[in-house]
Amino acid sequence: MAVTLDPSDKDSGSKDEKKKHGHKLSVPELIFGDLWEYDPAPETADPRIRSRYDLFIGGRFVAPQAGEYFASINPATEETVTEIAVASAADVDSAYVAAQMAYETVWRTMPGRERGKYVYRIARLLQDRAREFAVAESIDGGKPIKESRDFDVPMAAAHFFYHAGWADKLAYVAPGRTVQPIGVVGQVIPWNFPLLMLAWKIAPAIAAGNCVVIKPAETTSATAMKFAELLQEAGLPDGVVNIVTGGGETGAALTGHPAARKIAFTGSTDVGKLIMRQLAERGTRMTMELGGKAANVVFEDSPIDQAVEGVVHGIFFNQGHVCCAGSRLLVQESIAESFINKLQQRMETLRVGNPLDKNTDIGAINSREQLDRICELVESGVAEGAKLYQPSCALPSRGFFYRPTLFTEVTQSHRIAREEIFGPVLSILTFRTMDEAIEKANNTMYGLSAGVWTDKGSRILRMAAELKAGVVWANTFNKFDPASPFGGYKESGFGREGGRQGLLDYVDLS
Amino acid sequence: MSERIPVIKTPKVYVGGAFIRSESGRTFPVYDSGGQFVANVPQCTRKDLRNAVEAAAKAVPGWSRRTPYNRGQIIYRLAEMLEARADEMTGVLRQFAPAWTSAAEQEVAETVDRLVHYAGWADKYEQVLGSANPVAAPFFNFTLTEPIGVVGIIASDSAPLLGLLTQAAAAIVSGNTVVALASESAPYPAITLGEMLATSDLPGGVVNILTGYRKELIPTFATHAHIRGIDAVATGDDATALRRGAADSVKRVKVRQPDINWSSEFNESVYEIRNFIDFKTVWHPIGA
Repeated sequence: MAVTLDPSDKDSGSKDEKKKHGHKLSVPELIFGDLWEYDPAPETADPRIRSRYDLFIGGRFVAPQAGEYFASINPATEETVTEIAVASAADVDSAYVAAQMAYETVWRTMPGRERGKYVYRIARLLQDRAREFAVAESIDGGKPIKESRDFDVPMAAAHFFYHAGWADKLAYVAPGRTVQPIGVVGQVIPWNFPLLMLAWKIAPAIAAGNCVVIKPAETTSATAMKFAELLQEAGLPDGVVNIVTGGGETGAALTGHPAARKIAFTGSTDVGKLIMRQLAERGTRMTMELGGKAANVVFEDSPIDQAVEGVVHGIFFNQGHVCCAGSRLLVQESIAESFINKLQQRMETLRVGNPLDKNTDIGAINSREQLDRICELVESGVAEGAKLYQPSCALPSRGFFYRPTLFTEVTQSHRIAREEIFGPVLSILTFRTMDEAIEKANNTMYGLSAGVWTDKGSRILRMAAELKAGVVWANTFNKFDPASPFGGYKESGFGREGGRQGLLDYVDLS
Repeated sequence: MSERIPVIKTPKVYVGGAFIRSESGRTFPVYDSGGQFVANVPQCTRKDLRNAVEAAAKAVPGWSRRTPYNRGQIIYRLAEMLEARADEMTGVLRQFAPAWTSAAEQEVAETVDRLVHYAGWADKYEQVLGSANPVAAPFFNFTLTEPIGVVGIIASDSAPLLGLLTQAAAAIVSGNTVVALASESAPYPAITLGEMLATSDLPGGVVNILTGYRKELIPTFATHAHIRGIDAVATGDDATALRRGAADSVKRVKVRQPDINWSSEFNESVYEIRNFIDFKTVWHPIGA
């Protein structure tokens, strides 16, 4: 581990900073740099990934009709993890046929109480195999094992457990109306939280009595196919959940299929708009969970150290591949200098590297394509005059990695302040008054999430009321829960996932 | 003694709390059910629509910040205004909407009742649609609703009053403001409605009503980025155009069929309000 940071230099620098702002740290900073050689702590559980996955249609693994497969690689090593089937329009069609059959003959008529038991089984089986799924998720997608282990997989299980309990309580979802399942639902999910997004989509849909055709993202299909195995173990009736894999063409066949009574999409705003246009004529019901450019607003009275942690977590969680990432830091001018300094110090301690290492904070960028996009946007930031900062950490020689990055001297017109980067890149702006913070925070076409850091409860509630975003985190960031509705304002989409509100988007009312 | 010549009203549309003609100066004639010329109504343009959206957008902060109790009273007051002028409105519906002659009185009564229904929701829908959420972490987690902003309405040719006000009431009760295109074939009731809106306590800009041609205005309704939602009675190409244009700014579109039964109680629902609200979930820390 060649970490070039010189601890003595860093120490004296921060002392100057402390003197200037009159802060006293009671705890010495723990920046060891390369004082000791780092001893890797890799997770070694067997991910049990097969060498090739077929499509999961009608409860069975079936080969794609055209016989086409593509290699899915580990973004940390660029080695092939497994081969994934390419579903053609004909394969997608047979998935819909299976789903429609299951809906009409089994799932729609099954009492909610019994349906719920299947969903509970899925939750339990996922908990049983959590470790294996976590390793597979990190190998296939590049996210740090501590995140897949402590967040993605347990949260996915929680979503099934939560929604399982709704299956026999749907009468309470919509007071004054009778609820019915919609029918067959087509779902398309992104590559940033492959298993968790799958859970967000499938759990409410099947709990409400719908059947599903779902497509995981091209680069992250492995855990979805492992999940198909788990559905077999759960004995879920054939065809209730069908999983088709592939790229954009498969996705278009899925979203455009006439049997889909609803399309639920999570992904980029650009693709969301394409789907909306594709479905304009048919008028298919939709929910859209799209991009974001969240403001994380730090007031001078905030618990500073906690806020630094929160800002770091807000943007570097999952390499910044988070639609609700806190990618715009708005920090009050009076504390900006010291806050940014603390942020930079904290960034020095972030460990970038092997996703399977239990101490890794930032894993691999999901794909070369995404890495290129991040590089391009960062270059635009430099070219447009923002000031770049990156810590000195070494990056692995192979795989797709990117240093945690922050920009100061950012203006609202910079591309890095407007466009979703979907990478570990933080743009910092400052403000003086609450009104200015609100105006800057809301100055975006997106409205998925926002954060506010302050010691005042009343200020939290005022900010929460003013910020045009579907989720507002106060003195925290990137928190999720199956009971907590999630979704966006404006061009971040419509519809909610989670809670009673999310469930209502998976039923018809009469 | 010579017969007194009646003074004929010049129809104007109600936008931003004022009565205006189209900026283009264009009009189109309307005839009563007997085919007799009655008046020229404004043939509003895309520019008129954009101006109306601006007025509606300006009205959002003030209207949405009023207390639910206040919004409820104002919508109730509108019902009072309509009830008090029921004869006038019934006469207008009778004069211009032949298919509904026998139903004119009933339509006015149902419209008043519908306004009363939605007035009552103003301080209640939040408790039905929102929630406190039991998350597995030390946070008070709650979900509130917020209006989405400006809602575009393409009104019905059948029940030109009841349809329009059903759509509008469900949108404004939560704090949205509305730009509505009145029925093309029966625009006159909307002109009269504007005069009643002006005498209610509804702030200017909360409900804006245009008259004109669907073909001219639907594309702008669809693509105008400040219109955040559309509630349209439309079919075929119109419906497709609305949905396709809406994709540009990710706006939600509610399309209703022309044969919709506006009298149905199904149109009185908290879930109609739900069409044009956003849910906001707040994670508030619990601790020292």
